Amino acid sequence: MPLLEVNDLAVRFDTADGSIHAVNGVSYSLEAGETLGVVGESGSGKSVHVLSMLGLIPKPPGKIVRGTARFNGRDLLAMSEGELRDIRGNEIGMIFQDPMTSLNPVLSVRTQITEALICHRKMGRAAAKQRAIELLDLVGIPDPHKRVNQYPHEFSGGMRQRVMIAIGIACEPKLLIADEPTTALDVTVQAQVLDLMRDLKKKLGMAMIWITHDMGVVAGIADNIQVMYGGRIMERGPTRAVFHDTRSAYTYGLLRSLPDHDAPVVVDAQGRRPRLSQIPGQPPDMFKPQAGDPFAPRNPYATERCLVEAPPLQQAPGGAPGHMVAAWYDLRSVREKAA
Amino acid sequence: MTMTPLLRVEGLTRDFVTKKDLFGRATAKLRAVNDVSFEIAPGETLGLVGESGSGKSTTGRLVLRLDDATDGRIFFEGQEITGLRGGGLAPIRKKLQVVFQDPYSSLNPRMRVGESVGEPLSVHGVVANASERRDAVAELFRKVGLDPRFMDRFPHQFSGGQRQRIGIARAVALSPKLIVADEPITALDVSIQAQIINLFLDLQEQMGMAYLFIAHDLGMVRYLCHRVAVMLRGRIVEMGPTDQVFANPQHGYTRALISAAPIPDPDRELLRRRLPYELVPPPEGAQLAEVAPGHWVLAA
Repeated sequence: MPLLEVNDLAVRFDTADGSIHAVNGVSYSLEAGETLGVVGESGSGKSVHVLSMLGLIPKPPGKIVRGTARFNGRDLLAMSEGELRDIRGNEIGMIFQDPMTSLNPVLSVRTQITEALICHRKMGRAAAKQRAIELLDLVGIPDPHKRVNQYPHEFSGGMRQRVMIAIGIACEPKLLIADEPTTALDVTVQAQVLDLMRDLKKKLGMAMIWITHDMGVVAGIADNIQVMYGGRIMERGPTRAVFHDTRSAYTYGLLRSLPDHDAPVVVDAQGRRPRLSQIPGQPPDMFKPQAGDPFAPRNPYATERCLVEAPPLQQAPGGAPGHMVAAWYDLRSVREKAA
Repeated sequence: MTMTPLLRVEGLTRDFVTKKDLFGRATAKLRAVNDVSFEIAPGETLGLVGESGSGKSTTGRLVLRLDDATDGRIFFEGQEITGLRGGGLAPIRKKLQVVFQDPYSSLNPRMRVGESVGEPLSVHGVVANASERRDAVAELFRKVGLDPRFMDRFPHQFSGGQRQRIGIARAVALSPKLIVADEPITALDVSIQAQIINLFLDLQEQMGMAYLFIAHDLGMVRYLCHRVAVMLRGRIVEMGPTDQVFANPQHGYTRALISAAPIPDPDRELLRRRLPYELVPPPEGAQLAEVAPGHWVLAA
């Protein structure tokens, strides 16, 4: 049995300006110990689909239209708020983007780490404090005996995110959800946090859903990648397959639009610099329900069918096992023809 | 270089008072920009990179004269603009424009975008009447890849990428000589970033203006900029031709910064080794030394 099994999840926000169709039928499963990188831009549904599983979207305006999300066999979407509270911060840990707004500024780090241990694990205060010190040490905060009594403002941005990670893993969750945990950090600090997460993953053996817009961040940490666009999964599969045998035109366009880190920038005889390969057009208007493939209006390989009928997520023909794509076109053959 | 640089800054320094005593006298200050000097040639792009708090945005604001330097001098087309204010700055403002990170907060939400773009044309008397102005704005819209029919819409009716195009149209309206672009793609979706970088390249080829491009994304800086300056704790620690700085970084901090950028390729990413760098302020009184033609490094 997979650790998490999401089936046909759809989420909508009913606002004064109309309904936002944020998540439109998302299905996937996650095995114990697996790290899944969920990649997408704003409005892709990458964060909302996870937050709605955990009961963390405001209802109203948010509304779960349909679907199930089984965690260890139990449907999270059918649970009461009390049952969800027993799972959040316990079996499912969470880390968010901005540690300054997610940490309580008037509570010491100790109080915030031990809260989950006392509440979920029924630990005594002394034992919980001891565990908090161990956790700070585990996430690489120097001098944890002293630091445990300090307040969030006494930590730098990178150290604060380490505190958030310590809280997220305090109860040794089976699943850790990390929503853009390094986006607000400087690049050198991001690199340190990524190293830490790789290390923790090995030590603790937990499954992880890492939500990001940055293909580079998940390249080095995820076992599998799931690319989302317009509230749907466009492509999902083993990390190397998604990067090297890309099947979705959106993933392909995204990867090609990134500047190459190693290749020299070749200037022509007139001194003109080369252009980046760009995806034309604008992201979809989420107020309008999509009849077809949401990427079709921007996709140079789109067929007539793409515009009117949404393709199901299916095994990519001739691809690695578990490499799925939602496309009516075959990116391999259109690319071969172009070449 | 014998040619007069378009922009030259010498020893630019900006202190912010962080603590005051009972009588309002400064008791503690933060040196956000510390003895920064550089030049930008006409039509050139200089990238200014560094992490949050490195002083790169403050440097941009000082160059734009949106903020006053504590010390140092700024020359634009050979003329000192450091102490100019009000009317004295007006002719400079025409040639020195800005593109901000968040186009939503830099556009007036109650003004039709065509008016926002056309406003500098009227203020500087470039157009004689409303119909001339509409034509000029339509031309600017086409230049930045927007449909001129969108002129009468409001900012909230556009996506982030389109709003940044509007911000750029406004900045290029007066055919400036220099645009200071402060993290212009940071807030945009990944699929839109390449579009905007290409637009910056296109406009530079068509109009020949120079850019001071402030960013933390090294990949994009490498693509767009002729030269790059790396800032750390208010100081430039390394500056040189972009290819050279990336291929042969000399300062420990530059090396750390380049090695920290994740690579969107799982095979290369697994081989990437992060070089640690202890973030310490550069020693007081250290000077930039030229290690290769045009390639300067702060002595450790």
